[in-house]
Amino acid sequence: MGIAQSYAGPGVDRVKKAGVLKVGSDITYPPFEYMEGDKPVGFDVDLANAIAKELGVRLEYINTSWDGIFAALKAGKFDMLLSGITITEERKKAFDLAFSDPYFLSGQGVAVRKGEKHIQKEDDLQGKVVGVQINTTGQYATEKIAGVKEIKKYETLPEAYIDLAAGRVEAVVADYPVIADNVKNNDKIELVEGLKLGEPEALGIPVRTEEKDLLEVVNKVIQDLKASGEYDEMVQKWFGASK
Amino acid sequence: MDFKLSILIEVFPLLLQGAWVTLYLTLISISIGLVIGLILGVMRVSENVALRVFSLCYVEFFRGTPLLMQLVVIYYALPSLHPRLNLPAVAAGITGMSLNSGAYIAEIFRAGIQSISKGQMEAARSLGMTHLQAMWYVILPQAFRVSLPPLTNEFVALLKDSSLVSTLAVSELLRKGREIVAWKVNVFSPYAGVALLYLAMTLPMTKLARYLERRVSEGRV
Repeated sequence: MGIAQSYAGPGVDRVKKAGVLKVGSDITYPPFEYMEGDKPVGFDVDLANAIAKELGVRLEYINTSWDGIFAALKAGKFDMLLSGITITEERKKAFDLAFSDPYFLSGQGVAVRKGEKHIQKEDDLQGKVVGVQINTTGQYATEKIAGVKEIKKYETLPEAYIDLAAGRVEAVVADYPVIADNVKNNDKIELVEGLKLGEPEALGIPVRTEEKDLLEVVNKVIQDLKASGEYDEMVQKWFGASK
Repeated sequence: MDFKLSILIEVFPLLLQGAWVTLYLTLISISIGLVIGLILGVMRVSENVALRVFSLCYVEFFRGTPLLMQLVVIYYALPSLHPRLNLPAVAAGITGMSLNSGAYIAEIFRAGIQSISKGQMEAARSLGMTHLQAMWYVILPQAFRVSLPPLTNEFVALLKDSSLVSTLAVSELLRKGREIVAWKVNVFSPYAGVALLYLAMTLPMTKLARYLERRVSEGRV
């Protein structure tokens, strides 16, 4: 990074002309993004900064609610989304989006109350009330499990943890590395080690298909970060362990 | 109980920022709502059928559907009608709150106007004023006085309803509270602050409303 690349295309030209990269995100998802005081911080924020730098524009990291985040991108509120988003075909089709290369590998994990011994494998979720964040791949993975008593959908993941601690749900399904990090700051819940649900997932950055030239920049940034070792530093910084 | 005073103290300045956003969103929206409501209120009692019907439809729609639905439609659905209608979250919030508040205020003014005895309008007209002149110089000043208590109530209601704009991720008071919950992994402390600040903003207004009600009923406003 540092060599002036010349990028062009409808999306790139528009963003360069505007002088600002608008990135939409639901900033209540540590350690990918969360508000520290009045500043957004997190793994995704660092990545967004790198992309804006590569484009030579200012970054505007815009808070938006997860519930309508794809609709907002489609409606033109942002140039791209960076919000711990899993790449799925359904999302591509439903909102006519193009995704970047994967920038993080993930999968679904399960959080339970501290000391909970009865939930060790997927079948143990049968007959239980499970909390998820609405419209996440965690929700979709849980919907595929037969016999789950009820799936409660929360607007933000921290709210699901609160209900977990309060006993309203028996388990929360969300990204494995996110839970692994979140439990460090929450002494009421723990991660069920080694239990992964569904398929491995890849996180990516979506843009509207007509502006997929923006992805050229994104993919280059991801590549450069990995090549220079900065990627591993970021993972270490935000997740405390190498992946 | 999960309350930690240290967290509340630490995050209070952030909550104050959110409260400020809530306050100015409400002030701007109610100002616009007052203008909309005044025009519509007069239309509601107009001799012109078309004006009466239009204003009735407006009022029924904005009072009969949830404000949350109105906000979501303005923010997410309008852009698909025309790219220029792509409003950022704050503008969408103010638009929704103003249009909604305008409907409620229209009814407040209508009731105020209708409470003024017909004799006033007859006397004004017989002095040679047009309908609108009579409205402006005679009826509305009186109607406005009577409407003051319900208007202050509408302000309080709108202030609380502004929390719905948190769905559009505008950093008003409630949204700030939720962000802090995610950051500090603590529920009670931020929300205690949120409740305190809402009360700090609404209690003076409700006190004012009660004071005005008393003065109006005594005929001394």
